[in-house]
Amino acid sequence: MKIKFTLNQKSIEHEANPSSRLLDVLRDEFHLKGTKEGCGEGECGACAILVDGHITHSCLVPLANVNNRSVTTIEGFRETSQYRILEEAMVEEGGSQCGICSPGMMLAAQSLLTKNSHPTEEDIRDALSGNLCRCTGYNMIIKAIIRASKRGEGLW
Amino acid sequence: MVNHVMPSSLKEALSCIQDGTYTLFAGGSDLMVQHRSPAQIPPYFDKNICYIAQLSELKYIKRDDDQIRIGAMTTLEEMLDSPLVPKLFKDVIKDIASPGIRYVATLGGNICNASPAGDTLVYLYAVDAKVCFESLNEKKILPIQDVIIGPRHTILKQSEMVTEIIIPQRHDQYQTWMKVGPRKADAISKVSCVGLAEIKDDIIVDFRIAWGAVYKTVLRKPEIEAHLIGINIKDIGMHIDDMLNRYDPWIQPIDDQRSTKIYRKKVAMNILQEFIETIGRR
Repeated sequence: MKIKFTLNQKSIEHEANPSSRLLDVLRDEFHLKGTKEGCGEGECGACAILVDGHITHSCLVPLANVNNRSVTTIEGFRETSQYRILEEAMVEEGGSQCGICSPGMMLAAQSLLTKNSHPTEEDIRDALSGNLCRCTGYNMIIKAIIRASKRGEGLW
Repeated sequence: MVNHVMPSSLKEALSCIQDGTYTLFAGGSDLMVQHRSPAQIPPYFDKNICYIAQLSELKYIKRDDDQIRIGAMTTLEEMLDSPLVPKLFKDVIKDIASPGIRYVATLGGNICNASPAGDTLVYLYAVDAKVCFESLNEKKILPIQDVIIGPRHTILKQSEMVTEIIIPQRHDQYQTWMKVGPRKADAISKVSCVGLAEIKDDIIVDFRIAWGAVYKTVLRKPEIEAHLIGINIKDIGMHIDDMLNRYDPWIQPIDDQRSTKIYRKKVAMNILQEFIETIGRR
């Protein structure tokens, strides 16, 4: 069955089993390896992507459910000015160590800031509640997002 | 060979499922895990699939006199964004999963998954929500407690689909939502509870309590609640033991990977006692 969607700003028509996990399609068919598989059941956020700008766990999404929608992975988000601000802030605050959670964390932050450009610490904790990090203890990531929201004033 | 259908209208979806061979697929946050295969292999389904998450006809939140009508494919995040959804219901939804799941999980999906621990269900039982479901030729509206009949079982036929949830507006002075889980995000409840009470001139005129994960469905017992109606809140302390005893035989939790029946029962009883005491402390 043909599924039509936008992937990182490009129009795609992809022939596949519509119940395939979007995660597998992104990694295996489109070689977008920034999207990781961690738990495979929506708890860790390593597979997070944006669907129409909102954070979504790609391990829980069948390909059929992105028909006619817009999908952004970390590779697509990397091309934006919001990404650059978030990346800088993450580096300055030490928000990334081993890096496996980082694509998901960046997209969770983007999803939050698009909706709420001046989040409180509590808003950020809720926004990251579906993303696990085993290195930083979260506080550095939270500080990075606060820093980015200030530095990126007007961008979101 | 499994057939996949992505209908573009409700009518098309209802025609599709009429032959009874289709599984309805909403946001996928439960089905994708329940049917999971090893990595790189599509989830395994032995029935035809009809994907309905994108049916825009089933995505709405409306106020209609003194009730709110929510389309079955409305996601939990869309409900958090709506000024029409009651605050207590939003408190419940905020404690469900995480944003990445709330952006895909639908209210209709949570009902049809029919988990005894389904958090939205606890609220819907407490407020006497109604569920509207349709087949191509018929439309029915029933109270939620008549729709869900056991763990993962509803009365819906294979040719029927939940299309709308109807929530009465309420003005209870006392509202409580409590979820006991191992952590704040992404936890499935060990025990959950919604309590509501309306007091007029110190007399209890309405009292409701609904629990999740203590029985084979969400548990609500209007015949027990009735024992507190008409009571003056000054005398409520005298009724606590009686209420605990009346609920005791109905609180029948199980041991599973999330908790034990002993712990669940103790917590459920403590929540009941605490809620009644809170009303008395006014």
